[in-house]
Amino acid sequence: MTPAAPALTVGNLSFAYGKRLALDGVSFTVSPGQCGILLGPNGAGKTTLFSLITRLYDSRDGVIEISGWNVKAHSSRALARLGVVFQQPTLDLDLTVQQNLRYHAALHGMPRRLADARIEQELQRQNMHDRRHETVRSLNGGHRRRVEIARALLHKPDVLLLDEPTVGLDVPSRKAIVDYVHALAAEQQIAVLWASHLIDEIAPDDRLVVLHRGKIRALGGVEEILRQTGTGDIGAAFAHLTGTTP
Amino acid sequence: MTVLHYLRALVGIVKRELFRFVHQRERFISALVRPLLWLFIFAAGFRSTLGVAIIPPYETYILYEVYITPGLVAMIQLFNGMQSSLSMVYDREMGSMRILLVSPLPRWFLLICKLLAGTLVSVAQAYAFLAVAWFYGIQAPPEGYLALIPALVLTGLMLGSLGLLLSSFIKQLENFAGVMNFVIFPMFFLSTALYPAWKIQESSELLYRLALYNPFSQAVELIRFALYGKFALYPAAYVAVALLLFLAAAIVGYNPSKGMMQRKAGP
Repeated sequence: MTPAAPALTVGNLSFAYGKRLALDGVSFTVSPGQCGILLGPNGAGKTTLFSLITRLYDSRDGVIEISGWNVKAHSSRALARLGVVFQQPTLDLDLTVQQNLRYHAALHGMPRRLADARIEQELQRQNMHDRRHETVRSLNGGHRRRVEIARALLHKPDVLLLDEPTVGLDVPSRKAIVDYVHALAAEQQIAVLWASHLIDEIAPDDRLVVLHRGKIRALGGVEEILRQTGTGDIGAAFAHLTGTTP
Repeated sequence: MTVLHYLRALVGIVKRELFRFVHQRERFISALVRPLLWLFIFAAGFRSTLGVAIIPPYETYILYEVYITPGLVAMIQLFNGMQSSLSMVYDREMGSMRILLVSPLPRWFLLICKLLAGTLVSVAQAYAFLAVAWFYGIQAPPEGYLALIPALVLTGLMLGSLGLLLSSFIKQLENFAGVMNFVIFPMFFLSTALYPAWKIQESSELLYRLALYNPFSQAVELIRFALYGKFALYPAAYVAVALLLFLAAAIVGYNPSKGMMQRKAGP
């Protein structure tokens, strides 16, 4: 695989719940080191798209590839290269941080020694290592999110998905997570796909995927989208594209 | 993917369930209190209700408390099986199910691991209940407690897979009431847990037939015989077949292409 090959490819993806079309011919890619922001109002199809990438269910039409592996045909290989932070909290509150992370490492087949080394590495990076023996219940929302991000990175994925990870967090926690993930993409060449409806989470170098009613309304860098829409800022561009305010 | 990967995942899933079991004392206590209430209060009221009939595997007249103990053990497993599936329906647990499903192992394997883990917890709960019952005076022969282990694993897997199946297609549950009314109560009351089959037959031939078809009845009988050191072939086979059917249907239910998850996730 050449370095320029996209880590995440979504090609001509459509999906319907019964007769209601939730995704209609969606295509985009995210390259290693790139932070893709999936922007869309509620009901745009973001959650459906994430459910298809994580293979909660399959689509009959279209292709999803993670590092070149088709999610449907080679699901184990594809999922092994994917890290996910779901919108809803998914840590066991009564278990310690370390127990939660070891569980995840076990699901990825990591031997204990490697798992503990990776846990230390990821927690250190977010200044959470000295709290590894605390139960998740005793952590605040921001710290819980950090643990979930550490967990998603334990198996060194090529692609990191985050589904509105900052919902319900205070401003400093949000900023910390936004900055951390952006740095992560750049330093470790991870392809990030971040679903959001908050435009202040967008960095100037991000690639935007604007989704509305199951269709892609705009695709490209921040400046490119401003040019396309003839607007001065992302908020206005978003309103122009979706008819809603972010 | 190696065998070792599968093994590590299995150990990880079982460990997580056991940790949760140890940490969630309320869950453990409520699982214990429910059958004890039946034993101490309900059964006490019907103490001599069985009269002088002798029913296998018992070799003498028994008190009602002795009769319903195996049924209560099965009830623990029924609740446990339904609870682990129900908890998946709630959003927070749905999240942890998604973490499980997004891991790079085949779905069927992940579901079986989850099932095994839940069953181990239910076996531990059953033995805790039997220990209390022992001090209350309900004592089976020692070898019965040993023979019970495989029986409880089989019945626990069967009831757990039923729960898993339900969780794959129940879109939303406001509370426990739905499953309570439509699964737990009918299965429990229309079984041999609380009354022997001949007693049901005395009042209604139809109910008697239904009770015998009920896989929960067969689970109760398997447990009852095992607790007295006896192997009951027909109930064991019946439970095993039910397990395979429920499990196969649950695996189909969780298959991303064919399953019910799509409808469930739909708006």
